[in-house]
Amino acid sequence: MALLEVDRLRVEFPTRRRALVAVDDISLTIEAGEVLGVVGESGAGKSVTGAAIIGLIEPPGRVAGGEIRFDGRRIDHLSDEEKRRIRGKEIGSVFQDPLTSLNPLFTVGQQLVETILAHSDRSADDARRHALRLLEDVGIPAAAHRIDSYPHEFSGGMRQRVVIALAVCAGPRLIIADEPTTALDVSIQAQIIALLKRLCRDQGTAIMLITHDMGVIAETADRVAVMYAGRIVEVGRVRQILRAPTHPYTTGLMDSIPRLGHDDADLAQIDGAMPRLHEIPDGCAFHSRCPHAFDLCRRRRPVLQTTGEAAAACFLFDQERSDD
Amino acid sequence: MLAFILKRLMQSLLVMFFVALIAFSMFQFVGDPVHQMVGIETTLEEREELREALGLNDPILVQFSRFVLDAVTFDFGISYQHKKPVADMILSRMPATLELAVFSALLALALGIPMGVYTGLRRNTLFAHVLMTVSLAGVSLPTFLIGILLIFVFAVMLGWLPSFGRGEVIDFGWWSTGLLTVAGLKALILPSITLGLFQMTLIMRLVRSEMLEVLRTDYIKFARARGLPEYVVNFRHALKNALIPVITVTGLQLGSIIAFAIITETVFQWPGMGLLFLQSIQTVDIPIMSAYLILIAFVVVAINLVVDILYYVIDPRLRATRNADPGA
Repeated sequence: MALLEVDRLRVEFPTRRRALVAVDDISLTIEAGEVLGVVGESGAGKSVTGAAIIGLIEPPGRVAGGEIRFDGRRIDHLSDEEKRRIRGKEIGSVFQDPLTSLNPLFTVGQQLVETILAHSDRSADDARRHALRLLEDVGIPAAAHRIDSYPHEFSGGMRQRVVIALAVCAGPRLIIADEPTTALDVSIQAQIIALLKRLCRDQGTAIMLITHDMGVIAETADRVAVMYAGRIVEVGRVRQILRAPTHPYTTGLMDSIPRLGHDDADLAQIDGAMPRLHEIPDGCAFHSRCPHAFDLCRRRRPVLQTTGEAAAACFLFDQERSDD
Repeated sequence: MLAFILKRLMQSLLVMFFVALIAFSMFQFVGDPVHQMVGIETTLEEREELREALGLNDPILVQFSRFVLDAVTFDFGISYQHKKPVADMILSRMPATLELAVFSALLALALGIPMGVYTGLRRNTLFAHVLMTVSLAGVSLPTFLIGILLIFVFAVMLGWLPSFGRGEVIDFGWWSTGLLTVAGLKALILPSITLGLFQMTLIMRLVRSEMLEVLRTDYIKFARARGLPEYVVNFRHALKNALIPVITVTGLQLGSIIAFAIITETVFQWPGMGLLFLQSIQTVDIPIMSAYLILIAFVVVAINLVVDILYYVIDPRLRATRNADPGA
């Protein structure tokens, strides 16, 4: 049984005229200790999916359908208090911007200790010792001294290390990392990714790594789910998808990544832009930009078709399979 | 920290210097003091003697430095009207005004902050809407009208509370307090509500908008994502950040409470400095007016100084920038 199972999840944001569907019927699973990359453009529904899993969708947004199961237990319909107990304790979070993730008026030690105490019966002293160990563990130099520093006294990369310490401090089995490196320097990005990977390998923690950076995915993830306009268009092992993407959108994404040794002058791009939530077309959401679109794509919505370890939501893929 | 305080202190002194200049010039430009002091029968020679005795023929600069030196030693001259030292008159009135102002400010804070937090956290509830609507009245109704309405309802119609004066006071040396007797406390209620209502609604609206602002920030979302209990998120993380601007505004408002006390003191015949000031205007008693001006300015400047330092103590970000950019 998978650690996390998201089953036909649908998230809506009601507006005056109609509900906008930010996440449309997506299903995914994460095994214990596995790193699942979730990749897609801004507005594809990656972050909303992450927020839905920890039960923190901003009102008026709401989970309008589907189920989320953690360790076999359904968690999407729990009470607020029960969801709170899961956040931090079972599912940790790392946010995009380390500069704004920490409360400026409390020392990092205070913020760590309060989080540890919220999820355990430790004494205050014990919690502080644990906090210190964590800071050392995430690579804060002179942690014993820095534990009483305020967030603004740390650099961006160091703050993200503190955020990661906060995410893992109650020993969660899954971490949802929403663009954890986007706001950081390129040189720091690699360190943070390496840190996340190491912590998770040591503790056997699974990661849902939300990003739009294919490079980070390639380096980190075991499997990857590609999202487009609130839907998963392709999911599978990273190696396989990087080498041989099936869905035309994924293919387009791969072709648009500059590669060393290739002529960058004619870098491919996908024409047009992802449709906004209120103008997602019928049928396949990608059909207006797809070079292979045919009549069926405009009329019917493709569902994920599984072959072996990969799955893609595309009629091309369907046909190829039936042609075999 | 020390450099910061010193810099603020210098600025405060500068402000006080200009206030003293204005207060001093009142003697020069608002009528002739000798004319105010003497009767019709006084001869020209006698007037000239008095002028000489008062030092009014000295050069302006000499007169001004004498004025400042006197003011520093709390000597504001003799009231034209009452023939008593102004310093004593003001000092005897000060406790009444300060008790009224501080009580009003505490009332405004004690009610305004919880109401602001409530309307911020539960902004779509009926009660929050009611509070917001009623608070509009508090912001827009003039102080004297509120005072008169309160007198009409609670003193005239219901007869629960006195309509004027301080009730019974107890003296501790020069400080007379109304806080230790039932009559004194009862007399304090209506004037404090009158004076504090505007501040209360202001604080409530400020706290509300700050709470809404802070609750949208990433660190609050992250605090939730860490699984902190809701009350910790709201009252430890959100409220502390929301209160920083409230401290500044409250400090500044305390000054204006003391200044606005003039109207409330008049409506309730509260024997404070404001009432004294208003009476002195009617009789063109310039020493009282100028002393009042200097004292009020001093109180406001002193409060500002304290607020600045307090701000500095609360917000660690300001403490950190002191080396890079002092006083920024």
